[in-house]
Amino acid sequence: MELLSFGKTGWGDELLIATIMTIAVSITAMLIGFLFALIFTPLKLSKSKFLNLIGNCYTTVIRGVPELLVIYLFFFGGSGAVMYVASIFGYNEYIEINAFITGSFAIGIISGAYSTEVFRGAIQSIDKGQFEASKVLGLKKPIHFFKVIMPQMLRLAIPNLSNVWQITLKDTSLISVTGLVEIMRQSYIAAGSTRDPLFFYSFAAVLYLLLTYLSMKLINKLEVRYSRGY
Amino acid sequence: MDFELMITSLPKLLNATLITLKLLSASLIFGLFIGLFFAILRVNKNPIINKFAYVYSYVFRGTPLLVQIFIIYFGLGQIEYLRSTVLWVILKEPYWCAIIAFSLNTGAYTSEILRSAFQTIKPGIIEAGQSLGITSKIIFYKIQIPIAIRQSLPAYGNEIILMMKGTSLASTVTLMDLTGVAKYIISTTFKPIEVFIVAGGIYLFMTFIIHNVIKFLERKYSY
Repeated sequence: MELLSFGKTGWGDELLIATIMTIAVSITAMLIGFLFALIFTPLKLSKSKFLNLIGNCYTTVIRGVPELLVIYLFFFGGSGAVMYVASIFGYNEYIEINAFITGSFAIGIISGAYSTEVFRGAIQSIDKGQFEASKVLGLKKPIHFFKVIMPQMLRLAIPNLSNVWQITLKDTSLISVTGLVEIMRQSYIAAGSTRDPLFFYSFAAVLYLLLTYLSMKLINKLEVRYSRGY
Repeated sequence: MDFELMITSLPKLLNATLITLKLLSASLIFGLFIGLFFAILRVNKNPIINKFAYVYSYVFRGTPLLVQIFIIYFGLGQIEYLRSTVLWVILKEPYWCAIIAFSLNTGAYTSEILRSAFQTIKPGIIEAGQSLGITSKIIFYKIQIPIAIRQSLPAYGNEIILMMKGTSLASTVTLMDLTGVAKYIISTTFKPIEVFIVAGGIYLFMTFIIHNVIKFLERKYSY
C-alpha cells in the first residue's frame, strides 16, 4: 500500500493523473471517431458505387489491420505528413506533434471505423416508412435528420456504441508505445523504478476494470433514457 | 513512394508472418479448449461455479490485452517460487508468455460466444432428445455442442480476426512478428507509409482468407 501513497514516495498521485489522461484520450478519440463516422456513414449509405467503395475501404482496412500498426504509422509518419503539408505553404522548420494528438487521432480513426458500422446498421434498421413519412410531410432535410432519424438511430446505436467505447478505452493502452503517460506507461515507469512489475501491472488491470465497470453503469442509464416509450 | 523498399521488405515481412500465424494458431487451439471449459461452467447450475466462470470472462474482457501480456511476462517472473519450478522453463520465454496471454484472452471471449450459443438452443430440441430416452451426457455432446458450434460460427469468425490483430502485441515483448518487423523497418528507414501498405496488405489478406473460410463453413453446416 505504501507504493500507492500520494506525494514523493508513492505512485498514487502519478497513477491518478495517468488515469485521468487515459479517460481524456479515450473521450477525445471517441469524439474524433464520431467525426469520421459522420463523414463515412453517409458514404457507405449513398447510392453512388464510387462513394460506397471509399466508405467500405475505410472500414475494411482499419478493422482488418492491427491497432498497433496504425499507431506506428501515425507515430512515425504523423509529423512527416504535417511537415509536408506545411512545406506547401512555405514553412520548412521541423514540427513535432504532441503524443496526445497523435495518439487520440490514431485511436480515433480506429474507433471511427467501428462507429461507422454501428451507425450504418442503426440507420438501416429504422423502418422505411419513417423516411417516407417525413418526405411526404415535406420536412426540410436537417429537420428530417435531427428530429426524425437521429432520435430513433441513437436508441438503436447506444448498446453497440457502448461496445465501441469499451474497445476504444482498451485500445488507448497501446498509445503507451508512443510515450504518452497514461495508465500503462505510468505503470511501466513505476514497475521499472520499484522493480515490482507484478503489483503495478495488476493495479493497472484493476484501474481498467474500474473504468469499464463505471462506464457500463453510465451507459446503461443513457440506454434507459433513450428507450423511453418502447 | 519508395517501391524498392516495398519490394525488399516484402520477404522479411512474409517471414515474420510465419511467427504471427504460429502465435495465432496456437492461441486459438488452446483458447478454444479454455473457452469450451468455461462455457460449460457458465451454464452449470451451481452459483459458485458459474460465478467463477463469469468473473474470469469479465476480468479478461474488461482489461486491455497489453496489460495481460505484461502481467504474465514481466509480473510472474517476480514470484521467487515460480522461478524454481518447471513452469519457469515456459514462463521465461516471451513466445510462450504471449501464447498464454492470448489463449486466456481469446478463451474468455470464446466462452461468452459459446455460452450465448448454448442458451439460444431451443428447449424443445433437448426435450425431444429426452423423450427419445437419450442420456443427458449424449444429449450434451451429440446435440447441444454441435448446434452451439454452428450457432457461434459467425461470432467466432470475428473473434479469430480480432485475435489475429491481437497477436501484433507480441511485438511489445520482444517477439519479431509481422508488426514487430514492420516497426523495425519503419524505425530504420523512416518510411512509415510504404511499410504500412505492405504489412497492412498482408494482414488484410489474412483477414480476407479467415472471413471466407468461416463463410464457407457457415454454408456447409447450415441447416
